[in-house]
Amino acid sequence: MTVLIKNGRVIDPANNLDATKDVRIVKGKIEAIDPPGKINIDEKGKTSVIDAKGCVVCPGFIDMHVHFREPGFEYKETIESGCKSAAAGGFTSVAVMPNTKPVNDTRSVTELMLSQARAKGIVRVYAIAAITQGLAGECLSEMGDLKDAGAIAFSDDGRPVMNNELMRRAFEYSKMFKVPLIQHSEMLDLTEGGSMNEGAVSTELGLKGMPVEAEDIMVYRDIALLEKTGGRLHVAHVSSGNSVDLVRQAKAQGLPVTCEVAPHHFILTDEAVRGYDTNTKMSPPLRTAKDVERIKEGLKDGTIDIIATDHAPHDLTDKQCEYQNACFGIVGLETALPLTLKLVDENIFSLSDAIKKLTSAPADIFNLDSGELSIGKQADVVIFDPDYEYEVDVSKFHSKSKNSPFNGWKVKGKVLHTLVGGKVVYSAAEH
Amino acid sequence: MFKPRSILGANGLKKDEIVTILDTADTFKEISTRPIKKVPTLRGRTIINLFFEPSTRTRTSFEIAGKRLSADVINISGSTSSTVKGENLIDTAQNLEAMNPDILVIRHSQSGAAEMISRNIQCPVINAGDGFHEHPTQALLDLQTIRETKGSLEGLKVAIVGDIAHSRVVRSNIYAMKAMGMEVRLVGPPTMIPVEIQKLGVSVDYYLEKAIQDVDVIMMLRIQTERQNRYLLSSLREYSNLFCLTSKILEKAKDDVLIIHPGPVNRGVEIALDVMESERSLILNQVTNGVAVRMALMYLLLGGSDDSVN
Repeated sequence: MTVLIKNGRVIDPANNLDATKDVRIVKGKIEAIDPPGKINIDEKGKTSVIDAKGCVVCPGFIDMHVHFREPGFEYKETIESGCKSAAAGGFTSVAVMPNTKPVNDTRSVTELMLSQARAKGIVRVYAIAAITQGLAGECLSEMGDLKDAGAIAFSDDGRPVMNNELMRRAFEYSKMFKVPLIQHSEMLDLTEGGSMNEGAVSTELGLKGMPVEAEDIMVYRDIALLEKTGGRLHVAHVSSGNSVDLVRQAKAQGLPVTCEVAPHHFILTDEAVRGYDTNTKMSPPLRTAKDVERIKEGLKDGTIDIIATDHAPHDLTDKQCEYQNACFGIVGLETALPLTLKLVDENIFSLSDAIKKLTSAPADIFNLDSGELSIGKQADVVIFDPDYEYEVDVSKFHSKSKNSPFNGWKVKGKVLHTLVGGKVVYSAAEH
Repeated sequence: MFKPRSILGANGLKKDEIVTILDTADTFKEISTRPIKKVPTLRGRTIINLFFEPSTRTRTSFEIAGKRLSADVINISGSTSSTVKGENLIDTAQNLEAMNPDILVIRHSQSGAAEMISRNIQCPVINAGDGFHEHPTQALLDLQTIRETKGSLEGLKVAIVGDIAHSRVVRSNIYAMKAMGMEVRLVGPPTMIPVEIQKLGVSVDYYLEKAIQDVDVIMMLRIQTERQNRYLLSSLREYSNLFCLTSKILEKAKDDVLIIHPGPVNRGVEIALDVMESERSLILNQVTNGVAVRMALMYLLLGGSDDSVN
């Protein structure tokens, strides 16, 4: 099967490419990228042609932080529905977090997740396994066996490793397997019972706050440990301006630290919580406008390496309730592109830089064989119209869950086709 | 004429709206002094009190208010816990609404509960206290009590003393008092002053004796013993040493200072017995006025008796 993507603006940050080109895909691999018209359709009828005029053609996006809820919470999301949501959002690779039931802390769970994903064959799924058994924060998981089963990184996401000694040992132990540890940075004793950022808005709404220092203290602790232990730290969903500074300083010292930000943390502030919409409840919580400014600076100067959605599907029953009782988290895969493009419009970064943070940058950090359009590479490609305007409609999401604070938002930038290994796994219904 | 759809909070109430409520409450107050304490204003109307938290004063006050206006009043007390999902709360409210009540009064332990219910039903809602968020009828009855003694509210200085962070009464009073042109000073240990509260246009003080010297009204708040467990207090003894309103401290205050307390009072902890019983204390007047203010709100929400016929 041959696919020809014609006349698109091909942006491939890994190869410093940004030009109008035709892309030919043969047998699932990138075969040629040439000036328009140069590639001939030699086998008539056997080549499927996609006209990408006016659209961007780039490597498929990679989301290193999603929750697909299978096994255990299939009513919120399954690997299949999550993969469909990913494809619709332009993502060709995702990494699933281990807080399933049972927790992904053993080979059998990793294998189950990966085999489910292969069976559905929609997007590539990578497994992030637990740092500690049962996410209990007491005992290290069998990282060697888990890596052998396919785990690419380790995290107790949602349940930070509170114990300092254990975290130190986790860094040391992980060195043997050369795997990064991903921390959800939150000192739980400072945030207990909280449901939003602590500040003027939480005071006004009478909701217990989660102070920003809870994030900063743990980011600092991990960086402090890393200096002696070695190993690799990836800070998940940075939401605090001070934490961005801490990562910047650590990088300046040459420490092996990377970090990500979720789109909602550079788009929304805690002001959005007014009205008690439970779709504004996530952890870390929405912070202040000052934090958002400093996150944008971090994206601009490269301190923040990648954009990851923290796609956290929750059923209506988990969200349609009192704010304090609602589950933390929002779905993100199907809004990530338009929200990221808002920062391009704001001149925070170039379109190419934005794409880099969704493609080659995560591939480099997690050592994935994707995120670029080099000749001979697997053809994971997304084609999107950066100028198409529309209204976000959660009822049309491919995710099982509809918990997004962006419902009804007017946005720009729509995914038209997503190809994984040369196969079209998603095409927009309307354009 | 001020005709609100619901009363979810004091936040957003304008000065003239508050004046309308207080004026209406003044006219209703007389009814409660008659031998036959009942007028037909809300005859045939149904008011449901849905209380998910224990309450004696507020629940009884709403019940009496409704009954004195001839409404049929139904009391429901629910239990709530962190594991009870709000879906049940919305279901409960929608089921009650299906029986066509005219007002739903709700008290709930979680901030935002009243607002959430009002989003999911058409029936007017009165917030009788939600978490640490708002308790608007308490603020209105506090204002009515102060106004009937002082004559007017504009320019009065108020000190509110105690656990500011965990008080819905404080938040409602700040909004209502600021709307009426009053000056609000919050007094308590820093552990009980929520962050950035100054943004609501109030000042903060940690020292009771100094803070009450120039004020016209002192509002004492109930201190809850379980706060000790969250590192907010060393002991009730020390709290009392630092923040109990005693006659000795009151010597520093203005002669005509008024003392109010939303109740229930921890006798001898935040307020000394003799102060509580002194003529400067209006604690029982507040309770009396609570009935009148709630009658006024029910009347205003239902647009007066004439509309009810149509």
